[in-house]
Amino acid sequence: MNHLKAVNRKAARVERATEPDVVALQRTGPPLLQPHFPIGCSLVFSPGWEADRTGGTAGLCQPVERDLFDCHIGCYWPAQVPDQLNHAPDWTSKCAAAQKDWRKIDLIFP
Amino acid sequence: MTVWGVREHHRFEAAGKPFVYLVPSAAIFELDEAADTVLQTLRERPRTREELTAALAGSDTVSDPVAALDAALAELARVQAIAEVNAPVAPTPKVIPLAPFPLTTMVLNVTNQCNLSCEYCYEYGEDKIVDTENGRQPKFMSEQTARDSVDFMLRESGDNKVAHVTFFGGETLLNFPVLQKTIAYARQRGAELGKQVDFSLTTNGTLLKPDVIEFLAENQVGVTISIDGPKEVQDKFRVFHNGTGSYDVVAPKIKELLKRHRSRPIGARVTLTSGKMDVKRIFRHLTEEIGFWEVGFAPVTTAPGRGHAIPDRGYDEMLAQFRDLADEFLEASVQNRHHGFSNVKETLEELHKGVSKAFPCGAGLGLLGVATDGDVALCHRFAGSDAHKLGTVGGGIDRDAQRAFLESHHIANKTDCSRCWARPLCSGGCYHEAHTRYGETIHPNLHYCDWIRGWTDVCLKVYGELAVRNPAFLAQFDDASMKEPVS
Repeated sequence: MNHLKAVNRKAARVERATEPDVVALQRTGPPLLQPHFPIGCSLVFSPGWEADRTGGTAGLCQPVERDLFDCHIGCYWPAQVPDQLNHAPDWTSKCAAAQKDWRKIDLIFP
Repeated sequence: MTVWGVREHHRFEAAGKPFVYLVPSAAIFELDEAADTVLQTLRERPRTREELTAALAGSDTVSDPVAALDAALAELARVQAIAEVNAPVAPTPKVIPLAPFPLTTMVLNVTNQCNLSCEYCYEYGEDKIVDTENGRQPKFMSEQTARDSVDFMLRESGDNKVAHVTFFGGETLLNFPVLQKTIAYARQRGAELGKQVDFSLTTNGTLLKPDVIEFLAENQVGVTISIDGPKEVQDKFRVFHNGTGSYDVVAPKIKELLKRHRSRPIGARVTLTSGKMDVKRIFRHLTEEIGFWEVGFAPVTTAPGRGHAIPDRGYDEMLAQFRDLADEFLEASVQNRHHGFSNVKETLEELHKGVSKAFPCGAGLGLLGVATDGDVALCHRFAGSDAHKLGTVGGGIDRDAQRAFLESHHIANKTDCSRCWARPLCSGGCYHEAHTRYGETIHPNLHYCDWIRGWTDVCLKVYGELAVRNPAFLAQFDDASMKEPVS
């Protein structure tokens, strides 16, 4: 901590006990009250977040295009993509490799 | 939009820096300018981040106010000095220590008789709990009961390697023969069980004959002398049965004791009463003229309206004098010189550790008092009282009674204390004081709340000054035991 300095032993314990854990998501607005634990993709080393904590893409582990498949197929996380099982089974048929072909994906309207 | 507000705390300044004492965690943090501005602004009323930005923008010394604000907000929220105003406040958890809780200190009332008749005495005076004159208890503890008590102590001390036995009275030394034999027996039994037994006693000093002094020094018995100060103060209340003062009898004996007994620091324990309360003069006399290593002061325990009771304004006077002595203590400690004002030292130790008490003291938990007949009570002040009995040395601790006591006396039950920032240290105050004043042990001692908060503030400032000016001084409390003084 930079603005508070632990003076007595209890303060040192409070500081240790409230040590922020994994904080990976982009954050603006009020500071977090609790350590934030992102679950899901980051646990399988396939982060898939749309933006890094600064709001850009430079800090992501994988190209943003990979999100497409990792988020809605490999992960239970409800990605904002069409329902490929029931409604739009061919939605990505022209997109063999997302890195190259992502422009070929059509807009789908429900 | 998030609105921030303060949580329970006490802000204080020391060595020119702002600090915060957090409640109920009892953590002490030093604040930088950004954090202090946020806290001070929120103390006025809850505010949004935008309003706080305006407050911090006026600062010349904070270079990047917005970044500093967010970081300071996050850190203050992290230690719960502030929170969103609508966030629920977690209730104080009511955790009752698991039985069997190891016994640390056993206070043995080896007699309930005394050769003095101090008017204010809680054992004999107008506020006594037990009828020691006509009651059923023997006037002196027998050797057998004392032995049983030692066995009880060693049995109940659990895995503790050290057990403390404090001899008390009445006038403890009236039963010197049993005291001697008990120490020998406890040493032997302790050695057999691989435990060290530590001994101390409290006495009025009248019976400190050369052979007694020799024994106490030889056996490294810690000694606390009850004495009120110079002759005119001592002789006002601390008198023999015929009314003559005790100063001329005790002063030379105490000097002999201090000369011979060098193995343990010897302290004086002063009862402050309604009379002229010249704390500094009493302190000077007892340390410089008599030679005590430490002096501790306690206001008399009494029902209101007694002649010796401290009137309400007397607490303000006492606080002012304590503050002066605490300042002396601070200056001495900054220079690594000894200063014997033990009240401040005890509080500093608790502040250093960040003690946040569920119970005001160890009575009924790590400390028990034993009456002359072997009845075990909350503490020595209740020894012999059937209403406060927690077992017998022969039959052991009555776990149901102990648990019921702890359940009912937990700080979570004391609604009067629930909004007081000093509760981590005070926790409602002495059970015996409450019993004398309000007729029930569970009652918080509301008559001295302002005094407790004032005194805690004084000690926090001393602590903050030492943390800045001589942090090495505070390191002595890292390993010090938390054994409580018995008064």
